[in-house]
Amino acid sequence: MFYCVLGFGDPGKMKDYHYTGPVEHKFSPYAFNGGTVLAVAGEDFAIVASDTRLSEGYSIHSRDSPKCYKLTDTTVIGCSGFHGDCLTLTKIIDARLKMYKHSNNKTMTSGAIAAMLSTILYGRRFFPYYVYNIIGGLDEEGKGAVYSFDPVGSYQRDTYKAGGSASAMLQPLLDNQIGFKNMEGVEQVPLTQDKAVQLVKDVFISAAERDVYTGDALRVCIITKEGINEQTIPLRKD
Amino acid sequence: MALEDICRFKDRHHKWFPFSSLEDTDTSLYMMDYFNLRWRGLRTSEKNSAIPLDFFTPPSANSASFCLPNHSTTVRRPFPLSHGTTTLGFIFQGGVIAAADTRASAGGLVACPAVHKITPIHSHLVVTSSGSGADCMLWERILTREIRLYQLRHRRRLSIRGTAKLLSFMLHPFKGTEVCVALTLCGWDKEAGDCAKDLEDSYFMSDESSSADVTRITDSTSPKSGPKLIYVCSDGARLQGDIFSVGSGSPYAYGVLDGGLKWSLSKDEAISLAREAVFRATHRDAYSGNNVDLFHITAQGWSQRKREDLKEEYYRDMEKRSKDRRGKIKRE
Repeated sequence: MFYCVLGFGDPGKMKDYHYTGPVEHKFSPYAFNGGTVLAVAGEDFAIVASDTRLSEGYSIHSRDSPKCYKLTDTTVIGCSGFHGDCLTLTKIIDARLKMYKHSNNKTMTSGAIAAMLSTILYGRRFFPYYVYNIIGGLDEEGKGAVYSFDPVGSYQRDTYKAGGSASAMLQPLLDNQIGFKNMEGVEQVPLTQDKAVQLVKDVFISAAERDVYTGDALRVCIITKEGINEQTIPLRKD
Repeated sequence: MALEDICRFKDRHHKWFPFSSLEDTDTSLYMMDYFNLRWRGLRTSEKNSAIPLDFFTPPSANSASFCLPNHSTTVRRPFPLSHGTTTLGFIFQGGVIAAADTRASAGGLVACPAVHKITPIHSHLVVTSSGSGADCMLWERILTREIRLYQLRHRRRLSIRGTAKLLSFMLHPFKGTEVCVALTLCGWDKEAGDCAKDLEDSYFMSDESSSADVTRITDSTSPKSGPKLIYVCSDGARLQGDIFSVGSGSPYAYGVLDGGLKWSLSKDEAISLAREAVFRATHRDAYSGNNVDLFHITAQGWSQRKREDLKEEYYRDMEKRSKDRRGKIKRE
């Protein structure tokens, strides 16, 4: 458990197979369970996608553990990082959504959920939830919205964001393909729903090639005003 | 001491942070005491509607005794937080300029290339933030809420110095912890009819603001109104001044600002100086970059200049340099 936590920040070094001197082992309440989450916002849709592999160190715990959780009819959250904290956090969010529904007689909007999650995460500033969250949904006007968070609650609204173990590989690719960054003389066409779904699939296939913690299957949730449509696409299992 | 009584410091030292989760509303609203110093009577009704900002700490071996959360017994965090920035603010004859870059870095990765580091609090106050992104965002929200509540309760707006003092006191319980917040309040104090009821100390006045060569205040009778620039940090510092730059890129920004800043700058010159300072800092500092945000505050309120990508500025600068070099070679 100790080495895989270190491995997240450093480039993978097989420290445990070389004698590095006396090492103090301490219980760490955190574990890194891998996984990648991605969200894209379009004109009238939003897509939240995640792989379904749950790993720890060199083992795979499950090949069918998706990281997207449905919150309301117009909002889906993707949580990756430490699975224990992901589960607890989603339970807390569900409870708070119910409380809000009962006291205000309406469902929370995506923006409100994002603001609430920020305060929930900051409440644990000194013992954070080790979760990288991305919320995807429709705002009050029906436009797609993506809110990305850091583990202690800093958030902002984006058009696209990748989080989790393969985020450093996927984010530049999304910057280029959706944000048209680092390209000259390109016509900037707005993203259609079909093109966005295809792009998400391609991007995860690339992530599964290069990141060991990403693979097995891809769960895509497409949020439109008609509702939430889920698709599962197989990925590399090795 | 009077201050100790108001902050109820003696009651709390044996139990610095409540060991409870966020959802337990029965625990004492420790943090709320600091925000609602005068309105403790309303606390019971507020308890039901307000969300308590309790902080949860991991149980440690010596939990009975007083133990700061940044002690060696704290859990080691497995991820980096966003840090690194260049922000600056200065006062000149036309008001206050606040400028900042837009990069948020977490470890070696750029977590977000388009962050808003300058946030308006109200129509005549903006705050530039540096330090940890989540801390700054949340403390700005708390400050905005408190200023708005003050305005609703007292039917007048709190002065910039009062705001800085309030913020400093709210951050005081977190001194010594990992909270890293360095905010610069840039604003314009409006002329207030009842100055006697101000929160600020009447004797404290920085030398710079009183020894100005040109009258900078629209109403010259009261030194309490006019442009203000105050730096507040989570270590407890609270400084008023004419020029501040905060962050990892601040030495580079100070160099440019000190070279070009004069009281008598015109608005366009001041804007271009601020832009130049941020541009040079982003060029040399790895943790600053991307775009520059610029705000200008006058007696009429704040106005925001369109966010500008510094990549274009860099290429223009390179063009100019290569032209100069070619010109020099031709002459020789």
